[in-house]
Amino acid sequence: MSRIGKIARRTFLIGSAAVVGGVAIGAWYVSRPAPNPLTPQEGEASLNAFVVIDGNGVTLVAPRAEMGQGVRTTWAALLAEELDVNWEDIKVIHGPAAAAYYNSAMMASALPGIEYRKSEFTRNLGEALGVIGKVFEMQITGGSTAMRDGYERMRATGAAAREMLKEAAAKRLDVKARDLRTEGGAVIAPDGTRLTYSELAADAAAQDPRDVALRDPSQWRYLGKSLPRVDIVEKSTGTATFGIDVRVEGMKFAALKVSPRRGAMNGFDASAARTMPGVEQIVDVGDGVAVVASNTWLAMQALEAITFDWGPAPYPATTDAIFAPIAAALGAEPTATPRDDGDASTVPDGATVVEADYSAPYLAHATMEPMNATALIDADGLTIWAGNQGPTILRDRCAEVAGLDADQVTVHTTYMGGGFGRRGEVDFGQYATRVAMALPGVPVQLTWSREEDMTHDFYRPGTMARMRGAVKNGTAVMLDAQVASPSPSQQALKRWMGFAPGGPDNVITEGLANQPYAIPNYRCRNHQADVAVPIGFWRSVGNSHNGFYMESFMDEMAHAAGADPLDFRLDLARREWAPAAGVLQAVKDMSGWTGQTPDGTGRGVAMCYAFGTPVATVIEVQDEGGAIRIAKAWMACDPGIALDPSIIEAQMFGGLVYGLSAAMSEEITFDNGIAQQENFPDYEALRIHQMPQVEVRILETLPHISGVGEPGTPGAAPALANALFDLTGKRARQLPLNKMFDFI
Amino acid sequence: MTTTLTINGTRHSVDLPDDLPLLWVLRDEIGLTGTKYGCGVAACGACTVHIDGEAVRSCQVALSDVWGDVTTIEGHGTPDALSALQQAWIDHQVAQCGYCQSGQIMQAAALLAQAPSPTDAEIDEAMQGNLCRCGTYPRIRAAIHSAAKAMEG
Repeated sequence: MSRIGKIARRTFLIGSAAVVGGVAIGAWYVSRPAPNPLTPQEGEASLNAFVVIDGNGVTLVAPRAEMGQGVRTTWAALLAEELDVNWEDIKVIHGPAAAAYYNSAMMASALPGIEYRKSEFTRNLGEALGVIGKVFEMQITGGSTAMRDGYERMRATGAAAREMLKEAAAKRLDVKARDLRTEGGAVIAPDGTRLTYSELAADAAAQDPRDVALRDPSQWRYLGKSLPRVDIVEKSTGTATFGIDVRVEGMKFAALKVSPRRGAMNGFDASAARTMPGVEQIVDVGDGVAVVASNTWLAMQALEAITFDWGPAPYPATTDAIFAPIAAALGAEPTATPRDDGDASTVPDGATVVEADYSAPYLAHATMEPMNATALIDADGLTIWAGNQGPTILRDRCAEVAGLDADQVTVHTTYMGGGFGRRGEVDFGQYATRVAMALPGVPVQLTWSREEDMTHDFYRPGTMARMRGAVKNGTAVMLDAQVASPSPSQQALKRWMGFAPGGPDNVITEGLANQPYAIPNYRCRNHQADVAVPIGFWRSVGNSHNGFYMESFMDEMAHAAGADPLDFRLDLARREWAPAAGVLQAVKDMSGWTGQTPDGTGRGVAMCYAFGTPVATVIEVQDEGGAIRIAKAWMACDPGIALDPSIIEAQMFGGLVYGLSAAMSEEITFDNGIAQQENFPDYEALRIHQMPQVEVRILETLPHISGVGEPGTPGAAPALANALFDLTGKRARQLPLNKMFDFI
Repeated sequence: MTTTLTINGTRHSVDLPDDLPLLWVLRDEIGLTGTKYGCGVAACGACTVHIDGEAVRSCQVALSDVWGDVTTIEGHGTPDALSALQQAWIDHQVAQCGYCQSGQIMQAAALLAQAPSPTDAEIDEAMQGNLCRCGTYPRIRAAIHSAAKAMEG
């Protein structure tokens, strides 16, 4: 109990409101089942919140949104594995916004402490703390948690439903349930009698679910294999419905322009716009204007004809002025010291000191599908259609805007044309709600122009790091890392829940404080800065910049120590945590790393531990007549259990591309309080001709399952920067790298 | 004014401003939502369709400038009648979020019409206007090679 008490008294940002109040509150909530939000229609039976069985078979409510990570496919496989239905026969839908669909893993991973060091006891406690997700009804797709959350829950759901169906069959056939077996969506009696799940469903729903043991992985038929994604045909034929593709009878199209300085609108003149073709209504949304028209493009054109008087920005006007308080925070007292092993304030005798300052810019998410939402207000309340990563939060915040109760709001979650953290926000739904309020009874689809999307993001924050280390006898003996950043969690939680718990934001130091290296004197300090530029969660969050700081500086220390950069890491990882050494050894083998590269070729390595998963990356660059080509990449990851290798591979190279795009050329700068990058020509992402050949290896040595959606991203920037150093001898300490190097 | 268009073999008459880009005619007027809006400035390729077999960015073609028959992803193949390219896209499990893939497939179809067995360099050249933020490029390359082989045979 003492450990629970200790954690309960500690304040840490995510979930602190519930934790400070005590785990008992969570336990009480968890012991009270969340109401089943599904209302079966005639001929349907809902066995629990996740499974609906009707005359056509089994439907899985997979309440994690599909943004490319394959969640529907693997959640269906988890269910099928225990339910004994053919995986391909399961229909998968997202389902409603509901408390039952809280994310049990999201908060579990927010426990304080260095995660890879946690004992299984502490990890189990973390799972218990997952109740916080339930207390807050946090139905979130994010934090690389979909499989951590669903791995046991979906199998247990399948097993419980299977046993309920067997009980129903046993009663009907007057036999014992243990004498029945299940296969292909049917219960089969010893005499060969076959009762389909569809015909048993209504009776089964009346049975009490009970706990059953899950099958051993050796019996798995679907898990561990690469399955064809359930969304792949739709997405290859243009028939998948994204938020922007929602079409409702009588729908109008709208476009939006809000303050480019994220401040007030003092006034506007729409007289010219009112008479433009297709324009139906001009709606004042408070800090901007929406034009409702018969066509999205006509609405966008009309917006261009409106003149605005924008107020000032609530943050400094230029990039330099925005970074000034971040630099000041770096020189001030730390907000927290999440790691303090040994004594990092004293240079060990005879050691060589290495020091360097780094920085990384603000970044936009730039999802391929611009932000959008469709809203309708009628006698039933508010209906929202949108690709989103947090339907319960979206529901509650839109209800507030409309002055409705949450249960008067229906959220339809569509496919997302990219999320990367951006669609965890609720602004698109709130603005669409405001527009719908002006046109009762009329469904309105509000679409951001690319320019509006890019200049109104909740950016990855700009950050700065001060790194100090010491090396001796070929290894690192001291590391003292300081990072300064505004807090994405405080901003996001304020937007999500209306208040931001106090305490240090652990995402500021993730990727820097928790790396599995046996450096005896290892300190990491968090210097939280106060800057009001809107920021949020960007794929891999703090790891995205801290990976660059940590692993670039590891390279600097390796060179100062006269050691091979890969062997330097391998030695430190091996002495601290075997899975980290495992992924490093794997990329060493895969790439045939010798530490030597021919003229015109450079190689760099990085190992980043993020979201429970260690990933090692080796990148090879080539000089092609003064322009640099990223030629090859090797990646090794260890998510513990590889549920679908093809999807994991795609997440790895996809994460790499997202990280490389940022590393090479992405940057959001500000002037006059306005983001200067508006569209892809000034915010270039990696394209096919820049794509390296990639080889991915998946290891399974971790004793538990961990995430794959984000861990591929943090290693991209440092592996590339280290390769460029190997090629040119020039050390990049700022991103993006195209300020120092020309890329093909 | 009234304009008549042939889209996926079907004639449509629309009464819309001349300068309305084809993209928004397809999406918001005809209801063909497989063609996507990504940037509006021909920088991402998500809106790629064919006009008389040529791959074009539909966000840049005004309604009055549509010079021939339009083919969109819906006309290229359907779930029940997949094109060889779409089958290759499925075999290689290309899509992640999937938003850019209509444009990718239409661009690749135009490439294969001109270069039945493209090299990696030709693929890079033809496809570099099509952005994918999920980074599906390795599988796009592989799928184009597979489709080229399938179409040869």
